[in-house]
Amino acid sequence: MRLVVDLNKCQGYAQCAFLAPDVFAMHGEESLVYNPRAEEEQRERLARAVAACPVQAITADGLDGVGAAPSQPAGESSDGS
Amino acid sequence: MAADYLDRLRREGRIVIVGASLAGLRAAETLRDEGFAGSLTLIGDEPYEPYDRPPLSKAVLLGKADPRHTELPRRREIDAKWRLGVPATALDMTAKRVRLADGDEVEYDRLLIATGVRARPWPKEPEAQLDGVFVLRTRDDAVGLHRRMKAGPRRVFVIGAGFTGSEIASACRDQGIPVTVAERAGAPLAGALGGVIGAVAADMHRENGVDLRTGVMVTALEGDTVGRVRAVHLSDGSVVEADVVVVSLGATRNTEWLTGSGLGAGPRGIACDAGCRAFDFRGIVTDDIFVAGDVARSPHALFGYQFLSLEHWGNAIAQAETAAHNMISPSSDRRPHLWVPAFWSSQFGVNIKSVGVPPMGEELMITQGSLAERRFVGVYGYQGRIIAAVSFDNTRWLEFYERMIETGAPFPVEFPTVDRRPEGRTPVSADFPDPSLPTHGPTVTLSGYSPADRQLVFTPARH
Ligand SMILES: Cc1cc2nc3c(=O)[nH]c(=O)nc-3n(C[C@H](O)[C@H](O)[C@H](O)COP(=O)(O)OP(=O)(O)OC[C@H]3O[C@@H](n4cnc5c(N)ncnc54)[C@H](O)[C@@H]3O)c2cc1C
Ligand code: SF4
Repeated sequence: MRLVVDLNKCQGYAQCAFLAPDVFAMHGEESLVYNPRAEEEQRERLARAVAACPVQAITADGLDGVGAAPSQPAGESSDGS
Repeated sequence: MAADYLDRLRREGRIVIVGASLAGLRAAETLRDEGFAGSLTLIGDEPYEPYDRPPLSKAVLLGKADPRHTELPRRREIDAKWRLGVPATALDMTAKRVRLADGDEVEYDRLLIATGVRARPWPKEPEAQLDGVFVLRTRDDAVGLHRRMKAGPRRVFVIGAGFTGSEIASACRDQGIPVTVAERAGAPLAGALGGVIGAVAADMHRENGVDLRTGVMVTALEGDTVGRVRAVHLSDGSVVEADVVVVSLGATRNTEWLTGSGLGAGPRGIACDAGCRAFDFRGIVTDDIFVAGDVARSPHALFGYQFLSLEHWGNAIAQAETAAHNMISPSSDRRPHLWVPAFWSSQFGVNIKSVGVPPMGEELMITQGSLAERRFVGVYGYQGRIIAAVSFDNTRWLEFYERMIETGAPFPVEFPTVDRRPEGRTPVSADFPDPSLPTHGPTVTLSGYSPADRQLVFTPARH
């Protein structure tokens, strides 16, 4: 699962690091580092972290109710328009 | 009639986005969110689907993330045609067509340009080609640099102590790799945050064991007989042996492909109005070409209508969303892009954030904490009002100062705040380097004509 944290919004409350420690960790007092590609078995925990983030800074594939990631678009698949 | 056109555009129009990265992807998602049902094409010169860049100089180099796995999550399906690995090479504004490097042409009714910037390479090409010399902008760059760092280099040499250069140095020290940093200015981050804050950054480098050299320039990179970099020569005559060199000298805007198109595009980016519509070279706003992200320059009401170019992650998203909305909306529904600039960095375990436009600031006050503790908020003043703020490990205050900036609150800062120390009671000069001298990676470039200046003289042509 892919995820991204809007670190402008993030306030370093470390809720996410508490709920999904394999994905999020604090580096120093306030900086958050995270693995942008979380393992599938982290899905539950990641979902909880997304929900618990007080400023909703975490966006993850398929967890915010707007459908999963599309299939691989790599290469090209166009016939012009 | 115009309403008819928009209706048709939304139903069956063709929208082309050049630049398939952060701004491009978020614009595509917004278009679909707002009901655009026509055809959507994303053109990107990198062979990868949109990925996130900030981790490339942070989590990736710290060994916490794989450089090949920073693809951006999708907020929704976008049902787009993807043309990846092929650059756009020309724009025909009259025929409304984008030409691609493979000879194809793609027609559009509305075009969004989000081609961003690229790393400025080491200017002497044979030296830049040496094995072991890197820049850091793309996923491929990160894969290469990460591999070398894992292999245990004897010394990494970073040219330029802007945000990216400092983050790279920090990641090296975190892994026990010896690192030298050279910066032309008097301190790291001086171009972005001024010399007072730069001095704090310099302390951070030194305390973490970085061999920091300021006030010097790199004059040459020296290779060995098999073409690997082995040493770096400096303007003070010193020579530093290093087997990895990272050139971190800021960025160049990706606008060359627009040369001759008639669009107002150049080395400083593409100028647009507050609604993200691009100007043509005559200064007339186009109706069907929009720009967003690092490649755009747009006027901002909060900052004296200066044209701001921001190399900021949050700006790319906000501007892309506004551009996408405006592309398919009638003029009465269009929105201005008035995002308050915000930026973060993380280095030596310290969380650095800024809001507003620090380089516009003339004076600085430390309103919370203290420089010595490296936990503080610094507020920048410009002509009697608050123009920006920076925090070191003090994020939670920034939103407060963002409001102050938005409302033009007065400077010097009068209110008593928690944790305000004697050093924060009087403003000091923020100590920015001479703006006419280029600095490495200022992340905000002020490039507009300020109405306060009287440098331009307009001479009407005689008939
Ligand atoms: C190492 C690094 C660390 C960063 N850290 C931070 C940070 O901590 N905080 C922060 O706020 N910002 C940070 N940024 C900046 C942030 O990543 C950018 O602001 C953001 O990526 C801008 O998005 P964009 O879509 O406008 O441009 P880009 O991400 O540059 O994307 C433009 C895309 O267009 C492609 N392109 C160019 N020309 C053509 C062409 N002719 N045809 C087709 N495609 C083309 C490019 O190859 C690229 O893929 C960092 C950037 C880097 C490189
Ligand atoms: S929970 Fe949200 S705000 Fe808190 S550290 Fe995580 S991302 Fe940041």
